[in-house]
Amino acid sequence: MRKLLSATALTLLATSAAAETAPGDVKFVDGAVAESLTGVPGDMANGRVLMNKGAGNCIACHAVGDLAELAFHGEVGPPLDGVSERWSEAELRGIVSNAKIMFPESVMPSFYKTTGFTRPGNAYTGKAAEGELAPLLTAQEVEDVVSYLMTLKYE
Amino acid sequence: MQMGKRPIAIVLALGLSTAFSTTAFAQDSDQLSIDGDTLVTETAAPDHLENLDTIYSGWRFRTDETQALQIDDFDNPAFVFIDKAMDSFNAAGPNGASCASCHEGGPEEFAGFTASMPKVMDGKLTTTEDFLNAHRADTQEAEPWKWSGGDMQGMVALLGLQSRGMPVNVAIDGDAAPYWEQGKEIYYTRYGQLELSCANCHEDNYGMMIRADHLSQGQINGFPTYRLKQAKLISRHNRFRGCIRDTRAHTFAEGSDEFRALELYVMSRSNGLSVETPAVRQ
Repeated sequence: MRKLLSATALTLLATSAAAETAPGDVKFVDGAVAESLTGVPGDMANGRVLMNKGAGNCIACHAVGDLAELAFHGEVGPPLDGVSERWSEAELRGIVSNAKIMFPESVMPSFYKTTGFTRPGNAYTGKAAEGELAPLLTAQEVEDVVSYLMTLKYE
Repeated sequence: MQMGKRPIAIVLALGLSTAFSTTAFAQDSDQLSIDGDTLVTETAAPDHLENLDTIYSGWRFRTDETQALQIDDFDNPAFVFIDKAMDSFNAAGPNGASCASCHEGGPEEFAGFTASMPKVMDGKLTTTEDFLNAHRADTQEAEPWKWSGGDMQGMVALLGLQSRGMPVNVAIDGDAAPYWEQGKEIYYTRYGQLELSCANCHEDNYGMMIRADHLSQGQINGFPTYRLKQAKLISRHNRFRGCIRDTRAHTFAEGSDEFRALELYVMSRSNGLSVETPAVRQ
């Protein structure tokens, strides 16, 4: 039984890995990305965590009423309350992946992009990047953040 | 083009302030007076600054507690380092000469010096750090100081203090022009994996909060600055380096030609504000 389960899990993992869209292969239409980057539904709880932590840190620039327990929400970007009523899931996936496709002047970092940078560094060391860059968020993390954003409605 | 953005940004800040207690407003309206002298912390932007009408000292973006540390020299922690620099001014170098051997009038001889630095000297863009190390080698036969070391920045601050209250007035034309253009290009280049330029934060979004940081205009008229976070004097190049590092970029080195050029350009954005050295920041 256990063997059977893990075999199933492995098959699922292999399937999702194969289905994952690489940063260079994401298809943007008017800045939106219709297809899931992984084919695996986003984990909104993890998306909520990423809003505050790690390479997400969305609230550095965006205020989110649902995250009021966290200190210091930024003001550089628009508040995200009601964001799912202003944008479709495909548009949000496009904006999180690479906001500059829709808004060329945006200061928002491109979270699912690995090339085209000026003097890319090795994370926050100040030293030059070595080898290929990893995107700021993995494909699944993008899906997780998008699924969380889809829960943000106007009160 | 950029001008139209400010009112929107301010309205946004006002709107948010009702929802979040952490929201700050743009610069405050406090006045900086030290020993009865009022410094210029707000003035019309110089003509070469296309996207701003008014320039503000970083002091205006800090909390009352941080501001207070700069209005009394006895409270200003930078003076510990300036006192040490005064000792250093009078100390003999390897060949027996001190700064005071030639500069008999003391550091006061340097009144006005910092207000026009960096500048082109002998065909090369020269910062105060360059000037000091060249002088150390030529007149004292001394080893160069490290760019952001305590000895160096203490002396840069001691010289800067002699211009405190005078308007910043660096030259950007003539033989300074190519350096200034280079610095301007660096200022507007979006570096690193986060693709952020100096202008993205300090021109487009000053007055806004980015997480717990209240963005200023990034003026450098108060450097070297005593930074509470690091508990020491911070050089201009060290701050440039920290900002570019935080864009997940490969930074330029302290004392590099790129940072000399950037220093000239950013200092020219402060033209008209008072020299505030030594400022105190968070």
